[in-house]
Amino acid sequence: MNFLEYFKREQPCSANVAKERLKIIVAHERLSRDQPDYLPRLQREIMEVVARYVKIAEDHVQVTVDHNGNYSVLELNITLPKSA
Amino acid sequence: MAKIIVITSGKGGVGKTTSCASIGTGLAMLGHKTVLIDFDVGLRNLDLIMGCERRVVYDFINVIHGEASLKQALIRDKRVENLFILPASQTRDKDALTQEGVERVLKELSTDFDFILCDSPAGIEHGAHMAMFYADEAIVVTNPEVSSVRDSDRILGLLNSKTQRAIEGQEPIKEHLLLARYDVERVEEGEMLTLEDVCEILAIPVIGVVPESEAVLKASNQGVPVVHDQTTDAGQAYLDTVKRLLGEQVDLKFIHPEKRSFLSRVFGGGRR
Repeated sequence: MNFLEYFKREQPCSANVAKERLKIIVAHERLSRDQPDYLPRLQREIMEVVARYVKIAEDHVQVTVDHNGNYSVLELNITLPKSA
Repeated sequence: MAKIIVITSGKGGVGKTTSCASIGTGLAMLGHKTVLIDFDVGLRNLDLIMGCERRVVYDFINVIHGEASLKQALIRDKRVENLFILPASQTRDKDALTQEGVERVLKELSTDFDFILCDSPAGIEHGAHMAMFYADEAIVVTNPEVSSVRDSDRILGLLNSKTQRAIEGQEPIKEHLLLARYDVERVEEGEMLTLEDVCEILAIPVIGVVPESEAVLKASNQGVPVVHDQTTDAGQAYLDTVKRLLGEQVDLKFIHPEKRSFLSRVFGGGRR
């Protein structure tokens, strides 16, 4: 078995790993690029308020800003756990 | 009216100044009156790459502060006609680069030149911001390597939001990808991002591919932009890049491995 694997060398080449990692991080950073600087703080404070009443994880609160022509929409998405 | 082109990258050491020197020299070689401006206040290097470091008397900041005229500060290139360099200040702090000052100098140069190339400092701070603010086009120099590609994407975001064209809602800056230090053999081995990978991630058109080349270091050692030596791969790649910038259709070179003869494969060596 090992003998055969030696010849197959199925290791993913490092360039492909680089490409996949870049695609993910770049997509992530593009999303947060157009958002105002106060957004992370806003998200944290909203989370603190919600956490006083319900036990939630950090990624259960999503705050995004969408720009539509001359107005912007602040979208707040809180996922509550089942028991709440 | 001159066309203002910023040479930028975000990450340092990817070849901005080398590219600025060779593209600017190439434009002048093809008959276009060109000025290169070094925006890297405190860490100027364009003068060294252009081989005119001993002829710097006045600099960009002197002109902005009215301590010297443009005519006094511009250094005429000794090798090519129609080529001038405006060096950065080595002593002032980078905030001396005021937006009004930069605008005034660019306007004055605009009436006299065909191309103004702004050599941006690395990073995304004031100097880089000033270098890109008034640009009509941007050449984003990128190496096929994760941190360079990521930083280039960040720069593309800034070009689309923090420049005069973006703020005033004009036609957006025309962006070009210049992929530098490309090594086809490592690409073949799957150890380096391919041109297609980088294009797919950054999603801007490619203006040139400059191979990893010994000629680049040799050229900078001597203070002669590599584009002068058309026997070298990098020199040819830069001249082709200039032609594309001027609207010519030129096929990309150095993106496929050279066919090596049986003997050179057996005995090795002969890599460039």
